[in-house]
Amino acid sequence: MAHISVKVDGTAYEDEVEPRLLLVHYLRDRLGLTGTPVGCDTSSCGACTVELDGASVKSCSVLAVQADGGEVTTVQGLARDGEWTPLQRAFHEQHALQCGYCTPGMIMAARDLLRENPDPDADEVREALEGNMCRCTGYQNIVRAVLAAAAASEEVTA
Amino acid sequence: MIPPAFDYARPTSLDEALRVLADGGEDAKVLAGGQSLLPLLRLRLAFPELVVDVGRVPGLRGVREDGDTLVIGAMTTHHEVVRDPLVRRHAGLLAAVTRTVADPAVRHRGTFGGSLAHADPAADLPAAVLAMDGELVVAGPGGRRTVPAREFFVNYLETVLEPDELLVEVRVPKADGWGFHYEKFHRVAQSYAIVGVAALVRRDNGRIAEARVGLVNMGATPLRATAAERALAGCDDTQAVARAAQSAAEGTQPPRDTSGSSEYRAHLAQVLTRRAVLTAAGMG
Ligand SMILES: Cc1cc2nc3c(=O)[nH]c(=O)nc-3n(C[C@H](O)[C@H](O)[C@H](O)COP(=O)(O)OP(=O)(O)OC[C@H]3O[C@@H](n4cnc5c(N)ncnc54)[C@H](O)[C@@H]3O)c2cc1C
Ligand code: FES
Ligand code: FES
Repeated sequence: MAHISVKVDGTAYEDEVEPRLLLVHYLRDRLGLTGTPVGCDTSSCGACTVELDGASVKSCSVLAVQADGGEVTTVQGLARDGEWTPLQRAFHEQHALQCGYCTPGMIMAARDLLRENPDPDADEVREALEGNMCRCTGYQNIVRAVLAAAAASEEVTA
Repeated sequence: MIPPAFDYARPTSLDEALRVLADGGEDAKVLAGGQSLLPLLRLRLAFPELVVDVGRVPGLRGVREDGDTLVIGAMTTHHEVVRDPLVRRHAGLLAAVTRTVADPAVRHRGTFGGSLAHADPAADLPAAVLAMDGELVVAGPGGRRTVPAREFFVNYLETVLEPDELLVEVRVPKADGWGFHYEKFHRVAQSYAIVGVAALVRRDNGRIAEARVGLVNMGATPLRATAAERALAGCDDTQAVARAAQSAAEGTQPPRDTSGSSEYRAHLAQVLTRRAVLTAAGMG
């Protein structure tokens, strides 16, 4: 067993974990944060994307022990006092989901893009989401949602 | 899926890392960004007894200049390589190639050195470092040795690295004044190349003075298209380049799989070499 201390969605945790425990299983099975799903076994689908120390990662491809001392943000840590972020709102308003399985990962990957490039065009959105698969929507509304969120955030800061 | 059980060590100095690796012997495995190793563990295709996480060993990350050479720390992430101003200025090919590796989340974790140590012939960076005549600096119990990229890759997923050795940095000659281009042929955005061609071209008086061509996925190791490189020297128009590119697959043994036959890959190598060289030479 290994000892880890990690902050998840603003709460500090101390835990004993097996070294082989994947971060996604730590989040889901130990902390009960089931908002982050597992979609594949090949690190390809991006459904499990979270932020580790400010950068998007596939939480199925990181060990919990590697997050020791770090800070994790999941899709469940985005809303403030029940208030969605512009990105979450845009996914809702633009119908960017059907089954919703890919949505947490899409939102976390899109956050990563908007942090680096607050005003992307549609091609840049598609490229930034290349590691995230959606089997329902055909991606059109996902791209629309990210563009809408970028526009909404600009209004807020303008 | 859940990886098999293993012990875990997280050394905080290079000396400690080398000691832990030496003690672990054949059953120890280095963990860098984990973007190749963790998928293998999850699919239970690897069973190390000890995983040595070198993520907190200081001094292995970042890019610096050493005269005419660029030195890239093994633990520099793909994300950092793409954005690094020194890489962009002096080794633009590496930034261009790394941009095509996987997707943003994988590039945040995956490392330059990990990609080379993993030695997948379908990976993009090994062929690029080979084309740049890079050298790999390896630390072991007996000190350091420097291995030219031409000698580093031995076979499919196999390098000259011993189990008790660590790749610490990669030295590439600055390619100031060289044109470069990477042609990656793949069907799905984030996937590996069916074939890739990394080209560096130096021009003199409108002619190609020297061309270096690295091939991805054309054999069990990354390869140089030596015959095409020879034929490209002196070429001064697109037709001459097209003729020279026809020897791009000479001496290669491309794999066959669901993405294509060996013959198809040989054809791709020719087409992509022509495109990559023409663009690198500014003749496209
Ligand atoms: C979805 C997905 C798509 C991908 N697509 C591409 C692609 O298009 N092109 C491409 O090139 N790659 C691709 N990759 C692989 C990616 O580039 C990996 O980051 C890289 O191959 C391994 O680097 P790492 O730091 O993650 O190494 P790890 O996974 O930690 O290690 C890989 C191997 O190298 C050894 N190793 C690592 N570092 C060292 C060191 N310093 N010294 C000695 N041994 C070491 C490890 O023991 C292990 O055997 C993809 C990966 C994923 C998950
Ligand atoms: S579950 Fe992590 S990438 Fe698919
Ligand atoms: S909404 Fe179902 S997978 Fe994307």
